[in-house]
Amino acid sequence: MEITAPARKASWYSPSGLVNILREARRYPLIPFAILLAVLLIPAFFAQNIAPHHPTRGQFAERLTPPAWQEGGSMKYILGTDKQGRDQLSRILHGAKYVLIVSLTVIAISGVVGVSLGLIAGYFGGRYDMLIMRAVDIALSIPAILLALAIVASRGPSFGTVIFVICVILWSRYARQVRGEVLSIKNQDFISRAQVAGSSSFRIIVRHIFPNVVNSIVVLATLQVGFVILLESSLSFLGAGIPRPTPAWGLMVAEGRELVNAAWWVSFFPGVAISLVVLSLNLMGDWLRDRLDPKQRNL
Amino acid sequence: MQRFIIIRCFQALIVLFIVSIIVFALARFSGNPVDVFLPFDATDAQQLALERHLGLDQPLPLQYLKFVGNVMRGDFGDSVKWDGQTALGLVGQRFPATLQLAAIAMGISLLIALPVGVLSAVKKDTIFDYIGKVIALAGQSLPPFWLGIVLIFIFAVALDLFPTSGRGGGTNLILPAITLGWFQVAAMMRLVRSAMLEVLDTEYIKLARIKGVQEWKVVWKHALRNASIPPLTFFGIIAGQLMTGAVITESVFTWPGVGLLAVDAIRARDYPVVQTVVLTFAGIYILSNLAVDILYAYLDPRIRY
Repeated sequence: MEITAPARKASWYSPSGLVNILREARRYPLIPFAILLAVLLIPAFFAQNIAPHHPTRGQFAERLTPPAWQEGGSMKYILGTDKQGRDQLSRILHGAKYVLIVSLTVIAISGVVGVSLGLIAGYFGGRYDMLIMRAVDIALSIPAILLALAIVASRGPSFGTVIFVICVILWSRYARQVRGEVLSIKNQDFISRAQVAGSSSFRIIVRHIFPNVVNSIVVLATLQVGFVILLESSLSFLGAGIPRPTPAWGLMVAEGRELVNAAWWVSFFPGVAISLVVLSLNLMGDWLRDRLDPKQRNL
Repeated sequence: MQRFIIIRCFQALIVLFIVSIIVFALARFSGNPVDVFLPFDATDAQQLALERHLGLDQPLPLQYLKFVGNVMRGDFGDSVKWDGQTALGLVGQRFPATLQLAAIAMGISLLIALPVGVLSAVKKDTIFDYIGKVIALAGQSLPPFWLGIVLIFIFAVALDLFPTSGRGGGTNLILPAITLGWFQVAAMMRLVRSAMLEVLDTEYIKLARIKGVQEWKVVWKHALRNASIPPLTFFGIIAGQLMTGAVITESVFTWPGVGLLAVDAIRARDYPVVQTVVLTFAGIYILSNLAVDILYAYLDPRIRY
């Protein structure tokens, strides 16, 4: 696109030009991106404007209304209502906001911590490496869900707890990946030349090593957003995540668990929202990996 | 080799030690159990008496040492919620149910992941590979708790083939096992596929083909045997995932295993039981990783620390 842009502009109107544009577009993950836009991003920012009903106040008289296309359903509640008469569609739209906040915060915090520790462990090696990698082992051997339940038992469910617990296990993945890559970069010529030229360790790490690992960090982060969303919704499902009555998707699925005989839609639709978002994120992550990190394509 | 095993065992012990400190500290911070036992109008004197009885008035390091000493002797304390039961006894009672579920789940995921992974490597970029990719993506993207509920709705409510929850005959086992195993399939399949792709490209496979060895023998005997090392390391990770998954699956299906026990115990602030469960799970995870590392070193002599 960058190379042939001027030549193509002239032939935009011709049929072959249109085909070219379509061909170009196919190389980008447009469908996953569209799903992400529709289910996660637009609702996260504009839920107040587009949701037809209030997310936490319901009409008790209209509780457990089935979705519009089923018998007894109405166009007023397209995806039906839950057992407190709250509109499912509005709750799902409002829920997107919390998914976005939690996952972005977690990725940012654990990314910064994990990448820094991975760089230190890989570059300095020795005692630092040993200490940090054992900490990684420990972080990986803590059952996340039990940790979350234990903390929630004392302080009650809160956003802080969810973010803390997921960060505790997630940083280790960044640290391990970054350390491995630093190990293979550190012995290359350009690093020893920088050392000979008198660069400080800090400068070498930031200016010479970090740019070489940033691609795989981006790929890892994209692939992990999906994992974070799954973990957050699992915790919310167990009552150890986002507190009620926030319309978190995992909580909504949990509320429908005992209604599965009578009202399948209560837990079905929020689960579809989670699946669609995670699926699109994974597809985009795969695509990014193919573009930025071709050596891992077979994984 | 011996040195490697000794160092690795030592490291595993340190990890276990630190996990035990975390577990101990967490349990101490998760509310005062005295509040759970005593009625609201209990006097301060009664409260102190109970604290002394439970040993909660001593300094924390001493409490920890006592805790470790007891654990070494197999005494994890008595359950607070379930009267007259020891924590270890409770975990022991529930353990077979979890083990049964995990074993079947593992079997199901192997049964799917192995053939699909091998096929999608052998027939790369064909319809098989494509189907494999779809399965892998679906496995990684569907929330396990939701999958469980959907399976209940389809097979237990609508089709009435299986019971909705609880433990009993073989039919009770199928839905929870699929739910728990599903998540493993994706990762395992991808590993098998990538390992197979690498092996199929080597000289000795080409040689085997040139010698005229039948294709199925080349794939399933020569290649798969060499490609099974990377998936093997994954078993350590699977052990951890199965346990986390057990908590969710067991609470969706009210399967009376250790996971459900943990959820119930934490809601009731049952310290000893929570500690026992977390320590057991972490211990199993660390041990399985250790075993895999040692096995790996035997299988692939290039790996040394």
